[in-house]
Amino acid sequence: MKEFGYQRVLEVSEAISVLGADPDARFLGGGTNLVDLMKTGVERPGRLVDVRELPLGHVELTSDGGLRIGATVTNSDLAAHPEVRRRYPALAQAVLAGASGQLRNMATVGGNLLQRTRCGYFTDVAGPCNKRLPGSGCPAIEGEHHNHAIFGASEHCVATHPSDMGVALAAFDAVVRYETADGPGELPLADFYLPVGDTPHLETALPSGALITGITLPPAPVAAHSRYRKVRERASYAFAIGSIAAALDVRDGVVQEVRLAFGAVASRPWRALAAERALTGGPATAEAFAAAADAELAAAEALPHNGYKVPLMRNLVVALLTELTEEAAR
Amino acid sequence: MTTTTGTTTTTGAFGTARTRLEGREKVTGAARYAGDIPLPDLAHGWMVLSTVARGRVSAVESEPVLAMPGVLAVVHHENAPRVNLDYMGMIGKPDPILGVFQNDRVPFMGWPVALVIAERPEQAREAAEALVVRYDQEPHDIGFTAGHPDMYTPADSPFGPAVATKGDVEAELAASTFVVDSEYTTPEEHHNPMEPHAATAHWDGGRLEVFDSNQGSTMVAAELAQIFSLDAESVRVRSEHVGGGFGSKTTRPHQVAAVMAATLLQRPVRVVMTRRQMFSTIGYRSPTAQRVRLGTDESGRLRVLDHRSECVTSTVHEFIERSATVSRVMYDADAHYTSDRVVRLDVPSPTFMRAPGEAPGSFALECAMDELAEKSGIDPIELRVRNEPDRGPVSGLPFSSRNLVACYEEGSRRFGWADRDPRPGLRREGRWLLGTGMAAASFHSGAGPSTAGVTAEADGTFTVRINAADIGTGARTAINLVAADALAVDPERVRVVMADSDLGPAMLAGGSMGTRSWAWAVGIAVSELRERLALGGDIPPEGITARSDTTEAIGALASKERHSFGAQFAEVAVDVTSGEVRVRRMLGIFAAGRIVNPLTARNQLVGGMIWGISMALHEEAVRDRASGGLVSPDLAGYHFAANADVPIVEADWVDDPDPDDPVGIKGVGEIGIVGAAAAISNAVWHATGVRHRNLPIRPDRVLSAGTNVPEPGHAG
Repeated sequence: MKEFGYQRVLEVSEAISVLGADPDARFLGGGTNLVDLMKTGVERPGRLVDVRELPLGHVELTSDGGLRIGATVTNSDLAAHPEVRRRYPALAQAVLAGASGQLRNMATVGGNLLQRTRCGYFTDVAGPCNKRLPGSGCPAIEGEHHNHAIFGASEHCVATHPSDMGVALAAFDAVVRYETADGPGELPLADFYLPVGDTPHLETALPSGALITGITLPPAPVAAHSRYRKVRERASYAFAIGSIAAALDVRDGVVQEVRLAFGAVASRPWRALAAERALTGGPATAEAFAAAADAELAAAEALPHNGYKVPLMRNLVVALLTELTEEAAR
Repeated sequence: MTTTTGTTTTTGAFGTARTRLEGREKVTGAARYAGDIPLPDLAHGWMVLSTVARGRVSAVESEPVLAMPGVLAVVHHENAPRVNLDYMGMIGKPDPILGVFQNDRVPFMGWPVALVIAERPEQAREAAEALVVRYDQEPHDIGFTAGHPDMYTPADSPFGPAVATKGDVEAELAASTFVVDSEYTTPEEHHNPMEPHAATAHWDGGRLEVFDSNQGSTMVAAELAQIFSLDAESVRVRSEHVGGGFGSKTTRPHQVAAVMAATLLQRPVRVVMTRRQMFSTIGYRSPTAQRVRLGTDESGRLRVLDHRSECVTSTVHEFIERSATVSRVMYDADAHYTSDRVVRLDVPSPTFMRAPGEAPGSFALECAMDELAEKSGIDPIELRVRNEPDRGPVSGLPFSSRNLVACYEEGSRRFGWADRDPRPGLRREGRWLLGTGMAAASFHSGAGPSTAGVTAEADGTFTVRINAADIGTGARTAINLVAADALAVDPERVRVVMADSDLGPAMLAGGSMGTRSWAWAVGIAVSELRERLALGGDIPPEGITARSDTTEAIGALASKERHSFGAQFAEVAVDVTSGEVRVRRMLGIFAAGRIVNPLTARNQLVGGMIWGISMALHEEAVRDRASGGLVSPDLAGYHFAANADVPIVEADWVDDPDPDDPVGIKGVGEIGIVGAAAAISNAVWHATGVRHRNLPIRPDRVLSAGTNVPEPGHAG
């Protein structure tokens, strides 16, 4: 692997100026994805700017009852935080469904959002991949793609975003906060990831040189009644083949409010707005849940080997919303 | 029949549970592996593998790389010294991948095309990744399919004939009451030990010394001597500690490359493989496509057992995954047909992988037997008992011992098989459908010639010297116990020196034959030593040493069917709405001869069963047709069971005496995986009513297949 410089920074402004001065530098959080990619040659930074010691390691309640989560909070600390567990249980569950204990102790919130796809073609530097080498082609479309996207993909890329955490954040309208040399900025998670189109190598709307400083979760009483479920090819330590974050407020058998987001189906955490619209104000029944799932999945475009994700997501919607409805009745 | 853990004819150390002698060294990090041995002036070699699946190397652009920091040399087909591959090794003809950098041909993706040597491993790696190799690419075919037009019947080998027949299959099939005709597939599977392949080579006073990670230093030393045209005595190979082998740690390109580089540079060179490199250079298990036809009379007695398997090999080396041969051992039938055929494709050469043949073969055969049980309405265990042979079904030879029925009985009792309702799809617990299944297992029990020396030291202790390999199995501890038992002394008084080709020839740790082979040699040496000690007199300062060689004794062994046997049981939970399958418990009862060390034997058996879970549910290497290479060849992409997938797994054994056998040990390295995947697949059927005949039983397949539960009243 390429030799690289390493520098630890203690202030946000220092981090931004160091990165700005060196176009070959990358921020290093937990390193659980970046270092792997450096070993395989996908990433070849000349310098790593270690941001783990920045004063961004806290989770705080906001005055309106939301949460501010610092970018360097580890996945483990996020999942264990009492206010996360109480107010956004699906977020804690999602984080705990990812990786392993050791990885979660290292991985940071900011890094989690920026992790790259685990598509096997992306990580193989000997072959083509439009995300890694724009214009070289996408071998997954004709090749191995049984765990690739059914939503929002293009003829240029069908990779999925691997984050579990991001799926729960999408359901709860998270806002990403960042800092640049020109000052701070914000991006709703819904706008954070760019559409695939013909530029799959451009993944986020973060301005060049920006450092993610944290995430804000707006208050959402419905989130207290939420769950995350992840289906994967072994019981632990695997990326999802389909996952779902769901929150539900049911009163007198009527859906007052619902949040649904899917994982492992698109190049970003997929907020299921069509399903939410179909459900809101209607009956909380298995039939209605299935119909809502179908409303969302109508937009799915399956490849030859990933069509199972359509019934999988449908089943997960029905199962999770049924569980939440039963929970509300108790 | 009772289970006899720890009590089998134990008069001394044999059969007592002992932790590994080197356990403390290993868990404290003090144990040094092949990639850890420090040597002055050590240089590091990094292999460069082909990025095309077929063609010729047209150029290796060494010049820019030679100018990189620390780079000492780039070895490739235009400058490499010639080597010799015209020999017969301990496990057959050498795989041509050992002839590193001998010509410009590239027969598959991941073929070694160059070695970059540098002062530091990081420099070697960076230079290797920067090295530009150009190819004249040719079209490739990597697509293994059942009935591939180029499939052929290989020549018979020392491992047995490619085809074995008895009786008239078609006539018996036509006359059968119950018939099963099913096709099964298993995917390309990889053994990838935790410790990567590593070798450090240097010349020391005119002798070639190699610190290596291998399953047998006798084998590797002899092959390196052949490859580099050296006297056998001038090569020394040691492998003190080995972090797993599973059939992959034989002679491999890294040792050859390290020796070549150490010779060219006249300084020590180490070559360590990366995880990704291991996926194309150390062998793997071929995918298989199998068809099993069974036919019985009214009572469930087999009239026909027809098992045909197809596998793949490379264009440069023939290795046959002999999946059908397990059927020659398991069940009697009036007509038998077993065949293993193969097709040559542009893929890496497969090799021995834990229970080669038996692992995939038992999946097909034992699933077919379960289907037959369903069709005939006979309990799966009862059906198997009715078809127990009293002699080798094809060979006609007597069994040295066959205590499979005892395994069924003990397993059935402990698993609670008698209470099982055979109908599928009846048991539910929340979102989970529950089912149970079983399968039978066998693995052949052989021995290889070995020499050993045992020394009575003047201080009252004993030293055993034998070129055995401990690949994590506990072999060192087993040899200690065998020797202590034979010497009738406390194991504390016995020292074991091993894993060094200078100790004299010995069998490798493979084919479940290591402990049996080494114990045999140690036993003879101890007998000889005790005779000499019985004469009385003082022990001189250099001690008294007796040596043994089992070549003749093994040659004199009566021709018999020698196998270990077992019964595997599994309970699974299946959520057909998500496709998830979870194994809830497993039980394996084995008849595997005398058990030397119950602690490490159980460890081997349970390890095999857990591998069976992986085989059933997880393992699958996916080859990309366009590139010819694997997709995600690493341990994140190649799934096997995580801790969370492994439930309560119990292994135990029944008495399996063979008074005519001079050792009585059969070996436990492989039988644990045999039948495990079939037991799980059969349990998935019992849970869902759907047969999953293609491994692994992946969530998407389970979800797509759903359930098939017969109407109430139909006994299935």
